[in-house]
Amino acid sequence: MTDRPIAISVQNLVKTFDGRTVLENINLDVYQGETFVIMGGSGCGKSTLLRHMTGAIQPDSGKVFFHGKEVTSMTEQDKERIKRRFGMSFQSAALIDYMTVAENVSLPLLEHTKLDPRIINIIVRMKLSLVGMQGFEHLMPSMLSGGMKKRVGLARAIAMDPEVVFYDEPTAGLDPIVSAVVDKLILDLNKKLLLTSVVVTHNMESVFRIADRVVMLHNGHVLQIGTPEEIRSSGNAIVQQFIRGDINGPINIMDQNSLESLPQA
Amino acid sequence: MDNFFAKLGRPIMEWINVLKGFMHLSLQTFYWIIFGPFQDKPVKRQTAFEQMVFMGIQSILIVFFVMFFTGVVLAMQSAYQLSKLGGTIYVASLTSVSICRELGPVLTALVVAGRIGAAITAEIGSMQVNEQIEALETMAINPIRFLVAPKLVSLFVMLPCLTILGNLSGILGGYVIGVYNLGINAHLYVQTTFKYLTLKDIYTGLSKSFVFAIIIVLVGAYQGLKTKGGAVGVGKHTTISVVTSFILIIVADCIVTGIYYFHNM
Repeated sequence: MTDRPIAISVQNLVKTFDGRTVLENINLDVYQGETFVIMGGSGCGKSTLLRHMTGAIQPDSGKVFFHGKEVTSMTEQDKERIKRRFGMSFQSAALIDYMTVAENVSLPLLEHTKLDPRIINIIVRMKLSLVGMQGFEHLMPSMLSGGMKKRVGLARAIAMDPEVVFYDEPTAGLDPIVSAVVDKLILDLNKKLLLTSVVVTHNMESVFRIADRVVMLHNGHVLQIGTPEEIRSSGNAIVQQFIRGDINGPINIMDQNSLESLPQA
Repeated sequence: MDNFFAKLGRPIMEWINVLKGFMHLSLQTFYWIIFGPFQDKPVKRQTAFEQMVFMGIQSILIVFFVMFFTGVVLAMQSAYQLSKLGGTIYVASLTSVSICRELGPVLTALVVAGRIGAAITAEIGSMQVNEQIEALETMAINPIRFLVAPKLVSLFVMLPCLTILGNLSGILGGYVIGVYNLGINAHLYVQTTFKYLTLKDIYTGLSKSFVFAIIIVLVGAYQGLKTKGGAVGVGKHTTISVVTSFILIIVADCIVTGIYYFHNM
């Protein structure tokens, strides 16, 4: 694995919000072509780490590299050029409300290329068929279900043929079957388009279905990085509690007394 | 003592930050309108025309009603005073001059601020809380260029048009009272209306509406982009947007009128 080229490298990353340290000294590498999953509890800094990788947030200290180029010190213009090589799928899909499905997918192409509208139309249909959404071109986002919106968001993310796709909670709020479909889609797209994927999730089934490597974050620290098997057989009590979803363990959200005092159903 | 300075300093710093943010938004918007075409990123004509229909055409009825009845009220109130002096005929010129110089531009701007300013904040604000603004930024699409610049161009064109319509509606309101209630000869009324109304009265009024258009769009967009905290946040910022626009319109009206007044225009 280590002889593969590094797509994204995060070095000594620190970020604080209002005096609260959200990320503390994060070091990790994402290899080209792999599906790298960032997992951890709510508020552990997963999405913040992802947004540092996309260049949306500037760190307090530390660096993020994309193919050896430091993103964190780039001018806005250079950053915009790099961003065109990224795609991002959002937790809420983030489709523009007043645009149809086709207009949403064609948006980055219309903004950044001089392609003929007919060519753009073909690309849009091709991308939509890759996510199984062909025939829905003229619908508005409000007419789609959660899973369909996610798939259109994914088609938009891959519209510009990116090298890296970032997924923020791709299966949050979806039923288990649709979640499995989205996971399969992520795997298919990686294989067909030779993408590097960075996925933020706390859905354990997804993690073991799609990940080549996993990083477990806890309170802004890297707890462990490894393959899904290494994570599964981890000796770390926090990792084990998180995988099993136990109430009792080192992560203590509500103490035992207050849990017992809850009214019985 | 420290506490006193801290209490004093915090709101001052907050205000400075608001002003900085507002200046940044204003400069960026004007930058994209003026220099966008040279960077191959002009304001999209289709978006601007759609906005013109929404901001201009769909505001015609409300502007007509508000200004027509203002003209009616103004004529009745001035007739009440002028009849004591035997100068009822001057209702025509008093109505037309005060509508064109002052009430037309200001009331039209206030109506449009209520309708369009609120819509701009609600639209951009809900896009902000639903990650759509972040999605645009991730696609390397500048949200100020994409969302704010077309709106400013549109209202900059449409508000003066609406003001002219408002002026005519107000004069018509005065005409109805003057001719049908006060019994002034229709021909004489129209003649007196334009006898004391100079071109200067019209363009000083219209010049204000350009300033008001900038205030409505930039305040609306600024509050929209600052929105956080879900639906409650959208409601809160929409209210702030309308209230701020109202106050700034009146203050700007006072400043522009002052400039004309002290320069004897």
